[in-house]
Amino acid sequence: MNTRSHTTVAPTTQNRKRWNLGVWLAVIALILAMLVPFQSAVYPVFIMKVMCFGLFACAFNLLLGFGGLLSFGHAAFFGSAAYVTAYLCKELGFGPGLGLLAGMGTSAILGAIIGSIAIRRQGIYFAMVTLALAQFVYFVALQAPFTGGEDGIQNVPRGLLFGVIDLSDDTAMYYLILAVFLAGVFVVHRIVNSHFGEVLMAIRENEPRAISLGYEVSRVKLLVFVLSATLAGLAGSLKALLFQIASLADVHWHASGEVILMTLLGGMGTLLGPLVGAAMVVTLHSYLSGVGAWSTVIIGLVFMICVTAFRRGVIGEIYAWLQRGKARS
Amino acid sequence: MEALLTMSPQALIAQLLIGLINGSFYAILSLGLAIIFGLLNVINFAHGAMYMLGAFFAWLALTQVGTWIGSPDISISYWLALLLAPLAVALLGMALERTLLRRLYKLDHLYGLLFTFGLSLFLEGIFTQWWGAAGQSYPVPEALSGAVRFEALGVVLPKYRVWVVFASLLVCLLTWWAIERTRLGAFLRAGTDNPRLLRAFGVNVPLMITLTYGFGVFLAGFAGVLAAPVYQVSPLMGTNLIIIVFAVVVIGGMGSIGGAIVTGLALGIVEGLSKIVYPQASAITIFLIMAIVLMIRPSGLFGKTA
Repeated sequence: MNTRSHTTVAPTTQNRKRWNLGVWLAVIALILAMLVPFQSAVYPVFIMKVMCFGLFACAFNLLLGFGGLLSFGHAAFFGSAAYVTAYLCKELGFGPGLGLLAGMGTSAILGAIIGSIAIRRQGIYFAMVTLALAQFVYFVALQAPFTGGEDGIQNVPRGLLFGVIDLSDDTAMYYLILAVFLAGVFVVHRIVNSHFGEVLMAIRENEPRAISLGYEVSRVKLLVFVLSATLAGLAGSLKALLFQIASLADVHWHASGEVILMTLLGGMGTLLGPLVGAAMVVTLHSYLSGVGAWSTVIIGLVFMICVTAFRRGVIGEIYAWLQRGKARS
Repeated sequence: MEALLTMSPQALIAQLLIGLINGSFYAILSLGLAIIFGLLNVINFAHGAMYMLGAFFAWLALTQVGTWIGSPDISISYWLALLLAPLAVALLGMALERTLLRRLYKLDHLYGLLFTFGLSLFLEGIFTQWWGAAGQSYPVPEALSGAVRFEALGVVLPKYRVWVVFASLLVCLLTWWAIERTRLGAFLRAGTDNPRLLRAFGVNVPLMITLTYGFGVFLAGFAGVLAAPVYQVSPLMGTNLIIIVFAVVVIGGMGSIGGAIVTGLALGIVEGLSKIVYPQASAITIFLIMAIVLMIRPSGLFGKTA
């Protein structure tokens, strides 16, 4: 990935205006999101699903958009956290809070293991290594005694948050997911805009130069990998509570491919892009739920169109368009 | 290990043969991946889909083509399909290279991987929609059905499986010879090292790239036809295989043609043996080996650069 700077739309310090716009859009979106359970036009479960996958895509984007590392195995973290949360809450009677924490912890440890192996190779090999290691996790999930094989872990109780808030009520669940989602996106925002984030982007742009400047590139890469895996795990645990199921689909390479598509479609390297992409892919899936394998065909087509003609993604194109307008005036 | 020692030689060799068959598929596919990556700088995720297409074309040619053209008696035999199906795959691949893949060469390598990933989802989805996710069986051709007895070893083995190993080894060796020992291969190696200089010498590099992609997916299609009678012909047969082949490529490194062949075969045999010792873990053996190799020798066994 070295020396190729044109691959991503990087938010650098010169683009503060862009961020201001992003903040305003975020505030409007937040107000709208708070109102969701009080109306009937939008289905709350749909929005909750979008937020779970939005957080997943945001975590993935931290790695690809800002770190320049393409992980082809992020479903491993999403899925294993979902399994751990589901198992603890169903079989051992954990509360949802502890379940979420344990899921995050699992994906953080798994991220440290897979990350420390994968960062030994760069670029295209990094993608292949993460894909292969995620397939390893998939086979473990398929054969381990506690994952329920093909059925997965079903009927996971949502339980009482902090012992008092009953999450089986969809409104309570909605606000929990909204809070966690916002916290997750805020964490990503802070990471990207910190000194660490600057170093990360420096490595993305030119790894040999970052090394020669004295940065410990491997440590930065490993840290961002673990952070991304942890947040992806948080999204997976939330999804397990929301749909009350953890299944093989969560760890399958299809899920890894889908999170790439969300990020690419929305615009990698932007804060809002992955969220927009997640909303688009989830919407696409809900429209395509009745057409069988055609949904795979269409997802594949969208992938190919995105890569050949639409690499900046929706949000990236909007930013580029706004900047062209500014240059003209 | 006890299972290995107490096994009869017959069962052991039969198991080794299965490992060797998998290994020869790994070898052919990783060979194609390496050739394509060398010249195109694209990791062809669709290689698995091309392998699936090879098997499916052979199956369609045997069972469906007759009804399509109105006379159900006509069908294309295994031997003809062994040539025609990979050719069809190669033509399709070359058309894709000319129209779409070509636009991606100047971009980061990752876009090539993502594009071919989308392509394999597309192909997989279409065949699932048309023929279902369940496998179709392809009969073993008449001349190769039955078993063959090896007196020296005192074992009886299915004739077709021995043929698969023989045919794939032959194709691997021919490819190795063509690349390392012929003038055309010299062009290919030159193009891998420095395409611009080769172009300055008057070689039509874009055409060479198209033909190379065609040849790479031809190999995948050929492996698919060989695999059709051994495994079920199903839309998903390719992608599950290609992920393992990626691990093989990471272990072997893509620098050397001979290295790709040796690594593929060796890993197939190791996987076959692990099936005897601990069957549940055989699916993850290669991934485990990959992790260990990355820790000890990050550039891969035959890799030139990190």
